[in-house]
Amino acid sequence: MVNYIWGGMILLGLFMSAVNGSLDKINQSIFNGAKTGVTISFTMISFLVLWMGLMKIAEDAGLLAAFAKLMKPVVRFLFPEVPPNHPALGYILSNMSANLLGLGNAATPMGLKAMKELQEINANKKVASRSMITFLVLNTSGLTFIPTTIIGYRIAAGSNNPVEIVGATLLATITSTSVAIFLDRIFHRFSRSGEGR
Amino acid sequence: MFEVLAIISTWSIPVAIAGILTTGLWKKVPIYETFIDGAKDGFDTAISIIPHLVGMLVAVEIFRDSGALGTLIGIISPLLVFFHIPAEVVPLALLRPISGAGSTAVMTHIFTQYGPDSFLGKLASIMQGSTDTTLYVLTVYFGSVGIRQYRHALAVGLMSDVVGIITSVTIAHALFG
Repeated sequence: MVNYIWGGMILLGLFMSAVNGSLDKINQSIFNGAKTGVTISFTMISFLVLWMGLMKIAEDAGLLAAFAKLMKPVVRFLFPEVPPNHPALGYILSNMSANLLGLGNAATPMGLKAMKELQEINANKKVASRSMITFLVLNTSGLTFIPTTIIGYRIAAGSNNPVEIVGATLLATITSTSVAIFLDRIFHRFSRSGEGR
Repeated sequence: MFEVLAIISTWSIPVAIAGILTTGLWKKVPIYETFIDGAKDGFDTAISIIPHLVGMLVAVEIFRDSGALGTLIGIISPLLVFFHIPAEVVPLALLRPISGAGSTAVMTHIFTQYGPDSFLGKLASIMQGSTDTTLYVLTVYFGSVGIRQYRHALAVGLMSDVVGIITSVTIAHALFG
């Protein structure tokens, strides 16, 4: 789908600018876009290097594991059909911890391990189980305590107060994630598929 | 309420850093060496997003400067007025579930155009920070274990994106409007 969106934006744009005779301006836009992309990535190095270094300390010090333990009651509520002390829960919690800290890239490897464990206890290997759906819904609704990546971009853009949006983001993400969990339960209740519920 | 949010905003990161370092020292982790070890990944991550950003920013610039974006926004504007969504953040809202890098590029564009501390800049930050790339997450996670039938995962994911975007606009108006 992203292929069609990307291609569509470029081709539609080129077509429209050819029609209204602004192709000379578009040539400038193309090079500006490419240059901005590289500039932003380089500005972000500072922030990513700092945070990834700190996260490694957190991991080695057992902070991620401790945070996971703290969240255990929440996870029992969210994933009632996963047996207690199943390794899937540990990976789910690590993934959620990293997501809560806004570390999308650090969260992905743990999320993939969680999926692998959930697949082990899935009755039908081709159909998503209830736990898998809940887990992915949590991931896509973007539950985050500290949106570190966004703060990084704000720093890169020269914001006077890059962390100003943290509280508002928290409020927005709690709302949308609550709705997502609610919808997940509703859909689950009315779901007809018998496998892996 | 707003004061509490402001305090959370200011304190969360310093507290997180202090907490991580204190725990590291407590657990006798060689904190500096571990930091260097992990920090190397940050460099690789930053470099690996260059292709995404260049690709998407070029597309976004062409789409916008050609007037195609203006036309699209004009078509769906009645819907936007209904939800009080500013036209400038519409590309972000439309791209968010499809492409994380793409919506990041739009956010960055809003930053350069209006400034990160403008109302639009803050709204874009909140929208970007409170949702995730639904299609990407579903494809990667389900794909990794061979799940073919997503059941209601996509529907719930997209519905929560819509909720997240409307909520972001409401909160941004209440706090920064």
